[in-house]
Amino acid sequence: MRIFLNGDARDTEATTLDGALSALGFRDAVIATAVNGRFVAKGARQATTLAEGDAIEVVAPLQGG
Amino acid sequence: MSFYGVDLSSRLLLGTARYPSPAILAEAVKASGAEVVTVSLRRESGAQRAGQTFWSFIRELGLRVLPNTAGCHSVKEAVTTAHMARELFGTRWIKLEVIGESDTLQPDVFGLVEAARILAEDGFEVFPYTTEDLVVADRLVQAGCRVLMPWGAPIGSARGLNNLYGLKALRAHFPDIPLVVDAGIGVPSHAAAAMELGYDAVLLNTAVAEAGDPAGMARAFALAIEAGRLAFLAQPLEPRDMAAPSTPVIGKAVLGG
Repeated sequence: MRIFLNGDARDTEATTLDGALSALGFRDAVIATAVNGRFVAKGARQATTLAEGDAIEVVAPLQGG
Repeated sequence: MSFYGVDLSSRLLLGTARYPSPAILAEAVKASGAEVVTVSLRRESGAQRAGQTFWSFIRELGLRVLPNTAGCHSVKEAVTTAHMARELFGTRWIKLEVIGESDTLQPDVFGLVEAARILAEDGFEVFPYTTEDLVVADRLVQAGCRVLMPWGAPIGSARGLNNLYGLKALRAHFPDIPLVVDAGIGVPSHAAAAMELGYDAVLLNTAVAEAGDPAGMARAFALAIEAGRLAFLAQPLEPRDMAAPSTPVIGKAVLGG
């Protein structure tokens, strides 16, 4: 299945957000997520199923003013 | 000084962006005496995981963080970013930015009020980055904001306080709401001037981060902010148009000529 991770097309066999994040290198990372522009809380990632073409945003802390 | 029930002794809030290195950022934070630092969130790469390193670094500083919604141009973006920040940083505090114009980074005050209302109703403690407009400030307070952060000048412009009259009026209109000048500060005298107006605190970033010696500049700002606060408490003179001799005139010798 093709999804978009932070704007880049990626292929994944994972069917849930949690599974995709683990497969894409975010296991144990301090991150926050959104799918198709909607915030998905950490506790809801496992129950969030992915569909072809979904846009996943993964953010982490960074410097800011 | 208290923000949403959190007592703070330092009146300087410091941004964490644009420093030459993490070590220099740490030195500047220490020299500033700041108890609150602003942070952001950006896309993370699963391969590089740069944000993980930064987060460890910030946690080691042991300070309170104020996450921002920098770069958001819509209510939806800002609200979603705020939710992500709340989960990520474990704080209800959010520095709410909804940008309306790219050249000046001027807040979209209409979107700002709407986003502030949505977030306040959802339990966030909102620090809105706004203009000095009184009516907008009033709407923000009605929306649930208990801190206001008017700009001094456009972000990163180093122009200081562009509208002293407006900032004074805001202070007079909201005597009980903590007011923070956020953005546009260039040199310590700008920060001192804001504090002399009775502002509660100053938030700055670029003026320290891009100084030749960020730690030295952070210390200079800390002193200026303290000086400005002390001057405000000591009740400064009002400016007048005509001279008023400081040396007594009575008793002056009459020497002719």
